[in-house]
Amino acid sequence: MRIELIKRPQHSKLFAALSPFIAFGLTVIAGSILFLFLGKSPTAGLYAYFIAPLTEVWSLHELAIKAAPLILIGVGLSVCYLSNNWNIGAEGQFVIGAVFGAMLPILVPSIQQSPVALPVMLVMGALGGALYAAIPAFLKARFNTNEILTSLMLVYVAQLILDWLVRGPWRDPAAMNFPQAPRFTGYAVLPELMPMSGRANLGIVFALVAAMLVWVLVNRMLKGFEVRVIGMSPRAGKFAGFSATKMIFFAFLLSGALAGLAGVSEISGAIGRLQPSISPGYGFAAIIVAFLGRLNPLGIVAAGLVLALTYLGGEAAQISIGVSDKVARAFQGMLLFFVLACDTFIHYRIRFASGRAGGQANA
Amino acid sequence: MLESILLTIATAATPLLLAAIGELVVERSGVLNLGVEGMMLMGAVIGFGAALSTGNPWIGVFAAIVAGMLFSMLFAVLALSLATNQVATGLSLTLLGVGLSGMIGEAFVGQPGVKMAAIYIPGLTDLPFGRLFFGQDPLFYISLLLTAGVAWFLFRTRAGLTLRSVGDSHSSAHALGIKVIPIRYAAVAFGGACAGLAGAQMSLVYTSQWIENMTAGRGWIALALVVFASWRPGRVLLGAYLFGAITILQLHVQAMSVNEIAQWTGPFAFVPEIGRWLLGALKAVPTQFLSALPYLATVIVLVIISRNRRLTLINTPASLGRPFVPDR
Repeated sequence: MRIELIKRPQHSKLFAALSPFIAFGLTVIAGSILFLFLGKSPTAGLYAYFIAPLTEVWSLHELAIKAAPLILIGVGLSVCYLSNNWNIGAEGQFVIGAVFGAMLPILVPSIQQSPVALPVMLVMGALGGALYAAIPAFLKARFNTNEILTSLMLVYVAQLILDWLVRGPWRDPAAMNFPQAPRFTGYAVLPELMPMSGRANLGIVFALVAAMLVWVLVNRMLKGFEVRVIGMSPRAGKFAGFSATKMIFFAFLLSGALAGLAGVSEISGAIGRLQPSISPGYGFAAIIVAFLGRLNPLGIVAAGLVLALTYLGGEAAQISIGVSDKVARAFQGMLLFFVLACDTFIHYRIRFASGRAGGQANA
Repeated sequence: MLESILLTIATAATPLLLAAIGELVVERSGVLNLGVEGMMLMGAVIGFGAALSTGNPWIGVFAAIVAGMLFSMLFAVLALSLATNQVATGLSLTLLGVGLSGMIGEAFVGQPGVKMAAIYIPGLTDLPFGRLFFGQDPLFYISLLLTAGVAWFLFRTRAGLTLRSVGDSHSSAHALGIKVIPIRYAAVAFGGACAGLAGAQMSLVYTSQWIENMTAGRGWIALALVVFASWRPGRVLLGAYLFGAITILQLHVQAMSVNEIAQWTGPFAFVPEIGRWLLGALKAVPTQFLSALPYLATVIVLVIISRNRRLTLINTPASLGRPFVPDR
């Protein structure tokens, strides 16, 4: 049996809208099979993952906390991917953003009594992320170096820099040799939105604002048109007078800044201090978010919530039905797989031909 | 001392070589599979598990090869049959591999694994430097044979020429009646098998235990090696040993005591001050910076190679990463 792709005359609007939902449905089915293999009841598993976290107010707050970095990073990455710049090092930009943001309150602790502390930290964080993303951008623009590999290598370097800082120069002397920096206090802490009911903080607001701004940028401004033209055809972009080099910097700096902002928000809000590990892979999960959201900022908000749910569900399922929280990572990988497969149906119809037609079998 | 350092370099270089030589064939056929890291992890965890439950490292190796191959088929169905974006699909294979291997391997964490024994040939192995040539683990020899075999296949056989033509212009190859998609399937399967084998080397020879995410970016370094080697098997060998050497030397410096460093810097210490300075400088570098060396070296090497735009253009398979949908 062979799979034959037949190009649609026009791309299918129906499948463009449906594909994320079909992909999610397929993930749920594959997840059920996975639970069966693990010897657990699929209904209990799926309930623990996708329903239970939505039934209590405090866990809705946790959902917002987890969704915020995913959405922030995801919308930035969407601009990168639309313009055909493959930044996959957002995890590193997140870490360096956190490091830059934490610099001031750690080196000058007295600043935490002043209301300027938080704005300065946030700006520094975005700046740190942007600067770190500028490295692969510069190497791509100047030397034509593959940005996928360089941005990924810099993730490992960023994690080692953070590790060195919190074990070395920035370690809290009062922490009994524990590798962590001093806890943020006063104005250096990201305010919580509704402290009465849960921990959700300003991070989710940043995420929603960023998503709206990027939506306007991509859909209502010339710059967004430029992003898409260069992404679809660099040659056409050249004829239109758009600079591909400038676009590399624009896409990387924007996504780096948003990842950096996510990083500093995370340590100043949810975690409260710098420590050796500050992200459960948000930078990589955000790649899935960007594609699940069909590279559209509004879709990315929804996708960010779904991925945040898998993180929360992973933690909840570990407690309630005793499956490892590693299952969540497998879920996330499957989700991206199914999204990409479903996206094929937007541009192609599929026909299953018998082996004889083409004289070969290829599956 | 020198022999043992060279031996550890070979052990560190072998997984890079295995994974890179497989990916080289994949890319020569015009397919960019960024899932190497994920396939290596699947090979490592399945190989470890199979060896552990049977007590036979060879069954582990075989299981790892099959696992890598099957896992690569997920990529092939999407990227080849469904013509999805290869970059995104490869990435998702890596993300899925990291997740699945972590899940499967949870039961293996902390368990002592099965170690593949080094070969021993009486007489030869006991020669000076004999262990280097006649006393390593079997996968070391397999990696070298595989490299030679791939070089021969790609540049000395008709099938190899066909594979390269598919990578350089899939439309022309298709017009000549060459079956582009099946050839690419075969290339991806070979790449998956090699990555699985590389993973088994990590969990059966290099460490003989399972640690989550134990490949630590080696799959990505292997991808960089293919670019570094400008898609030539001999240069992949060179690159893999260069990176093996960087990995091992930084580990040695991290582990060395001050006295050992003095011993090593001794020959360079024409002037006592220089020796003392070198010693102090090496010990003052935080270990994290030494650990970052392989990753930084990868970036630097990529920059040096890609600076020459024309050279890159000549060597890169022209259809690399472009999906192929035959028109009928």
